[in-house]
Amino acid sequence: MKNKYYPNLLMLCAIILLSVAPLIIVKPSGGTFSGADEKAKSLINELYPNYKAWFTPVIEPPSSEVASLLFCLQAAIGAGILGYNFGLARGRARLQANSIKKDFRC
Amino acid sequence: MHIMEGFLPIEHALSWSLVAFPFVVLGLNSIKKQVYNKPELKMMLGVSAAFTFVLSALKLPSVTGSCSHPTGTGLGTVLFGPLAMVPIGTIVLLFQALLLAHGGITTLGANIFSMVIAGPFVAALIYHLGKGIRLPRGFTIFLTAFFANITTYIVTSMQLALAFPDPNGGFTASFIKFATLFAITQIPLAISEGFMTVIIFNMLIRYNSPELGALGILKLEKEEINV
Repeated sequence: MKNKYYPNLLMLCAIILLSVAPLIIVKPSGGTFSGADEKAKSLINELYPNYKAWFTPVIEPPSSEVASLLFCLQAAIGAGILGYNFGLARGRARLQANSIKKDFRC
Repeated sequence: MHIMEGFLPIEHALSWSLVAFPFVVLGLNSIKKQVYNKPELKMMLGVSAAFTFVLSALKLPSVTGSCSHPTGTGLGTVLFGPLAMVPIGTIVLLFQALLLAHGGITTLGANIFSMVIAGPFVAALIYHLGKGIRLPRGFTIFLTAFFANITTYIVTSMQLALAFPDPNGGFTASFIKFATLFAITQIPLAISEGFMTVIIFNMLIRYNSPELGALGILKLEKEEINV
């Protein structure tokens, strides 16, 4: 049993390490870990100081709290579907394994 | 990261939308055909879409001191092929553009092209290459997801460099600037995404082997558990 989960656990640790390490090692110049889009915006402004966005988002989240709410919602919908599938599939595998055992008994 | 609303000149925005549109139509057909032939695969389609949903909501910090997110398109590309990822990714991009002011309607075409056309097609190439030269399956899946992610951001840099060539150095100088900004941010994220995709794939092999068999990814007589 142990062997089956070992590689997945190792990879999970690697993911956590890769995400946490920058927070400790890197001191971002602006002091914050802003989105890469913001940096792209400032690069565009650097190259073309006169460029103005000609279209603004139709709906903008009124605050960063609302934005994080919507991002959470997006992740939750996805995670829900993933969990549903794996729950269903695991139950199905178990049922099949049981019915095979029963067949042997008969 | 997606190109921000209004941050592509109109001609560019329109051209990318025109390029992307046929792929969306072809992608819808591809999904329809695959699900019509094997309705039992609907759940796997949901898993591919859900994986993209989750991953593109995860903004992870990276070594450049900025945050960006994985794309999650590698898994669906392996399961259903690159075309099927186009409509799925378009839904994600629309959700973020309309509700989150992340990306945009005017830049939707360009973002579709980079995230769900260029990324998945390069990923599919890598996947078949890896299978062809018989790399271990886990490693092939890792590389597939890694390149789906990296390609997306290289193409985004190209799109921005095309729209905003450096006044002194032209396209190349501008491309290098955007690419250093994005690509270096993305390398650790692409590695993370590679691992995440392999983990999910391992779980699919354990619990959803009938579906993977129907997709022609697993040979069912071989009950492989580890990658």
